[in-house]
Amino acid sequence: MPLGLNRPQIVLLGVNHNTAPLEVRERLSLSESDTPALKLFAGLSSCTEVVFLSTCNRVEVLVSTNCMDEVKESIKELWMDKGKMDFKTLRGALYEYEGMFAVRHLFRVASSLDSMVVGEPQILGQLKHAYRVALEANTAGMVLNRLLHKAFSVAKRVRTETRIASHAVSISYAAVELAKKIFGDLSGKNGMLIGAGEMAELAAQHLMASGADRLVVANRTLSRAVKLARSLGGSAISLEEVGDALVDADIVISSTGAPGIILSKDQVKRIMRPRRHRLLFFIDIAVPRDIDPKVNEIDNVYLYDIDDLKGVIEFNKAEREKEAFKADRMVEAEVIKFMAWLESLNVVPVIQHLQEKAEAVRQREISRSHKVLESLNDEQQKALDILTRSIVQKILHDPIVCIKKGAQEKNNEMILDAACRLFGIDGLEDTERQQDKGLSDG
Amino acid sequence: MHKFLFQLTVFIYFVSTVGFLIHIITLRKDAERIAAVFLFAGFGFHTAAFLMRWFAGGHPPLVNLHDSLSFTAWAMVGSFILFQWCCKLKSLGAFVVPFALIIMTASSFQSTEILPLPPALKSIWLPIHAIICLFADAIFALAFCIAIMFLLQERQIKKKRLGAVFKRLPSLETLDAMNERCLTVGFPLLTLGIVTGSIWAEKAWGSYWSWDPKETWSLITWFVYAALFHQRLTVGWRGRKAAIMTLVGFAVLIFTFLGVSLLFSGAHSYATWLK
Repeated sequence: MPLGLNRPQIVLLGVNHNTAPLEVRERLSLSESDTPALKLFAGLSSCTEVVFLSTCNRVEVLVSTNCMDEVKESIKELWMDKGKMDFKTLRGALYEYEGMFAVRHLFRVASSLDSMVVGEPQILGQLKHAYRVALEANTAGMVLNRLLHKAFSVAKRVRTETRIASHAVSISYAAVELAKKIFGDLSGKNGMLIGAGEMAELAAQHLMASGADRLVVANRTLSRAVKLARSLGGSAISLEEVGDALVDADIVISSTGAPGIILSKDQVKRIMRPRRHRLLFFIDIAVPRDIDPKVNEIDNVYLYDIDDLKGVIEFNKAEREKEAFKADRMVEAEVIKFMAWLESLNVVPVIQHLQEKAEAVRQREISRSHKVLESLNDEQQKALDILTRSIVQKILHDPIVCIKKGAQEKNNEMILDAACRLFGIDGLEDTERQQDKGLSDG
Repeated sequence: MHKFLFQLTVFIYFVSTVGFLIHIITLRKDAERIAAVFLFAGFGFHTAAFLMRWFAGGHPPLVNLHDSLSFTAWAMVGSFILFQWCCKLKSLGAFVVPFALIIMTASSFQSTEILPLPPALKSIWLPIHAIICLFADAIFALAFCIAIMFLLQERQIKKKRLGAVFKRLPSLETLDAMNERCLTVGFPLLTLGIVTGSIWAEKAWGSYWSWDPKETWSLITWFVYAALFHQRLTVGWRGRKAAIMTLVGFAVLIFTFLGVSLLFSGAHSYATWLK
């Protein structure tokens, strides 16, 4: 019975930071192809609706389809072809989820439960962006619309009802959170970068985004300092000027590759008077350390090195794991609700077909009696039309109610099967086409 | 009637204290809201109790220890409400309100009898001098609470223990700024209190300064706070040192307030008063 398969099915194929190295993820994002990846996927004949998500940690294709196996094969072929991948690598990295599993995975991704840093907030924005692109390209229809909207609302609930996002778990986040506990408001505060490492840059970016006023970058090679300062909107100084510049700095992030200590306790102590004992926060993320640990002993000076920050993060991570349990439970409830809705969709073509068939019978019978009916005046013809219509409707009413009711149940195939047999519905090409149309209009 | 109102106030402050403590432990927002409502109500009853006592006695109720303590608590709660209204400081209620409750409890153990005012105190300077001084005390009590919070938070951050306490207290710089604000209000009030006292002394006894123990200790208190004020303004003393200095100043202030009155005899002595 082909009818049961006719309901749209959801498939999700993808890779993430756990399953594939960066290089594979880059290739699968198809960023080098001339046509946008979304268009390529939308062009597949078996693919009814599609949303394409590509972030630095994951590449995923979410599809609504009527023939699951075909769509999976053609997506993989497309990836191998355009991403220039061999089958073995792709198969090793790829995860494939169908139906309920795909829905659950999507909800978990949206709620940041599948992220490298659980609870990090960016993924939801990225998913929203992917969805917007799909909307603009007209590749998302009724099923994915509803699925994505559900995903967003689940993510929002998880965010507000659990404390999954309330604990900083990356070095740069933790550093900024700490700075906020020392200074309260970061506006009007001056940041300083010593050394131009990648992690320091990230922390500085985050600092500026949280409202810090000015940034000074000090580096051994001045040109690198100038370049970085420009990209972050700050000014550059040489390493020798650090001592004087410290007078104005409030938050200092150090990450040089120097083999020994570059800032001693005495140096810091000396600048405390000129800076009128304003609080000073050092973040030393260099290995080996740049700043003498004894600096922390000075009044109004706080020094955190990378291990201290890791301690903060570990503590917060444990808190998050606990919250993740709660979040997973919320996701599960929503998955069940969504699947119930999806399952109810396969009754739509049956009902449509039923109504169409009945209408066709009515039309045929009226035209058969064409000669007799012609003699009736307009009013009488109209009355006859209404009469026949209402007979058809009355007869179909109970079966349709019954089918709709059955749709809410888990295994509604039996009742659909019975309906099809009783009313002699089999050819599904017509309805299928209609279903497709309805979807892309949705 | 004023006695009943006073007891009611103590009870309501107690409920409010419980509310603020529940809030700081569980971080439930509704607990804080309810505590604030009770505090408002308590402050209203407290004000009414003060006015009725004034009416019943025919003179400002600022004479014995019961009165002074009660008025200090009143000024503290009033300043706290004002303070929260202009610049909300997280968790401050859980420190200030219990403190006010302790003062009120201490006050309730004192004799509440209204004695006729001795002729020496019959002056318009009584309310002026007493109210200014007690307000200064209340502001410094607030500063004391804030300094305690600062030192707690500072210790957490310095020792890198970023757990429950860390999460519940405001940032260091905010606390320090609030401490400074209290000082800039409290110190002029204290100065003014000493000046008005000395003017009153001249009117009543014919000499501005007679080295009565209360006067001496007030001066010492003034010097401690003056030192802190000066250091803050000139060298930019702040943070830990300023907080510790606030504690020292408050300890001296308490001695001036309680110790001197109970231990020595003199114009301010409640000890002799009660005899």
